[in-house]
Amino acid sequence: MSVKLTIIGQMAQIAREHGKILAPLRDDLVLLDSGLDSLGFAVLVARLEDRLGIDPFTTSEDAVFPVTLGDFVKVYENGAR
Amino acid sequence: MKMARAEAQSLRHFLGTGSPQRFFFDRAARAGVADIAAGTSLGDRLEELAGRSVLLATGSQLATALALIELSGLVRRLTILPPDADSDHFSAVMAGAEIDAVVTDPASPASAAFDLPVRVESVPGIAVLAAPPPAALGTEWVMLTSGTSGVPKMVVHSLAGLTAPMRGGRATGRDVVWGTFYDIRRYGGLQIFLRAILGDASLVLSSAGEPIADHLERLARHGVTHLSGTPSHWRKALMSPEVKKISPRYVRLSGEIADQAILDSLRKTFPRAVVGHAYASTEAGVAFEVDDGLEGFPARFVEHARDGVEMKVLNGSLRIRSPRAARRYIGPDAASLVDDDGFVDTGDMVELHDHRYVFAGRRGGIINIGGLKVHPEEIEAVINRHPQVRMSLVRPKKSPITGSIVIADVVLKSGACVGGELIELKGDILKLCREALPRHKIPASISFVPALDIAASGKLARRQS
Repeated sequence: MSVKLTIIGQMAQIAREHGKILAPLRDDLVLLDSGLDSLGFAVLVARLEDRLGIDPFTTSEDAVFPVTLGDFVKVYENGAR
Repeated sequence: MKMARAEAQSLRHFLGTGSPQRFFFDRAARAGVADIAAGTSLGDRLEELAGRSVLLATGSQLATALALIELSGLVRRLTILPPDADSDHFSAVMAGAEIDAVVTDPASPASAAFDLPVRVESVPGIAVLAAPPPAALGTEWVMLTSGTSGVPKMVVHSLAGLTAPMRGGRATGRDVVWGTFYDIRRYGGLQIFLRAILGDASLVLSSAGEPIADHLERLARHGVTHLSGTPSHWRKALMSPEVKKISPRYVRLSGEIADQAILDSLRKTFPRAVVGHAYASTEAGVAFEVDDGLEGFPARFVEHARDGVEMKVLNGSLRIRSPRAARRYIGPDAASLVDDDGFVDTGDMVELHDHRYVFAGRRGGIINIGGLKVHPEEIEAVINRHPQVRMSLVRPKKSPITGSIVIADVVLKSGACVGGELIELKGDILKLCREALPRHKIPASISFVPALDIAASGKLARRQS
């Protein structure tokens, strides 16, 4: 499964668990408008580490703060290379 | 320079005549500092409140700010009800603090406990005071400690102690606009409120439930120059496109461990700002501020007292003796706030690396999830309720977003399930957690492990991560 599909699948799963409604997951979607809150993203990053084997946010030299979903996916795609 | 601070017990005195350009803003309204200097938001009922032990139970930040100004120096004791106080504890808090009057507003929590003979409602708008307020008393300020289970501890401060960190501090001026992501009913937020008052500044208050984008927009509109919040607040702000609209000169972090990543990100985002982090607790007060852009603090802070604040490290935890610390706890079974030598044990574990102390975490193992405190034992108790679970260990996992999240290691009963059933079992355990616990206490992931370490004491070994 591609990195992007894994991320989208997990976002949908966490939204269900947290009783949140997700906005349409386009690349230019601003993460803060996605429907997941800080806790939702914290859970997402932890689950992605389980599935993809990386946490690009705590391992990278420079701290990154992605703004859009496209940025977020890119951070993982770059980390997975 | 205003009057000597030792004489000034009322915040009203620090307002002076108030510049017409100074305001307190919240999401819904604003109040002119000059108006509140000579006015009241409490319906001209100050005389009824004078000399009493008052519970401040207001919900709105602006109403809280105005009431703090009016009640300081007027009442014998001022107990500030924090935003997340459990209504089950109201009666115990009120008995412990000998409350005999309460101040509310339309956003106050509903509680029969507030129905005292003297109950004053904060009203929108400021009326001119008919008579000058009664002479200033040395009000006891009572703050509640945050978030752990049971009745919160009640901590007594004086205005002199609360404002001591501002003496000889950062230069301020009439062009300063403070903002905070905190609620001012908590120590971290109250510090910023007091800085705005003593520093002749305006203040942009937070509002419960306001989206971060709107809050940043508002901070930008009012031209915020000094902005304070926890590392979690700042991480959230940095994920918002609106963060580009603000350009503070001073960026302040406190309340959680400020790691190098968040300090670096803030410096990159606000290249012209001083990025500083402060260490403070409700009990110990503000111990120090660090403006060198590095995480942790220089070891010399421990070796030499600074501004009367002495620190030592005992068994790995930071201890503080300070004129800024709280005076004592109040209430039934109130323990001593300080050790035999007068030091507050903060319970914050520090480690020395290259002449610098860095924070390792809480001694008690309480997990801090974006400012919400979690006892792992509480979650384990829920997981352990599952019929196939033998034992479990809930532990923090570092999160770039909330500082920590919780994950669980679970040991199953012998012979309980194999292979494909495991995914179903995980789902079952999570369902149990969702039914019994608030969202932040639900483990982000569950691992099945063959065993967990038991310490010599017979207790589950909790590794400090």
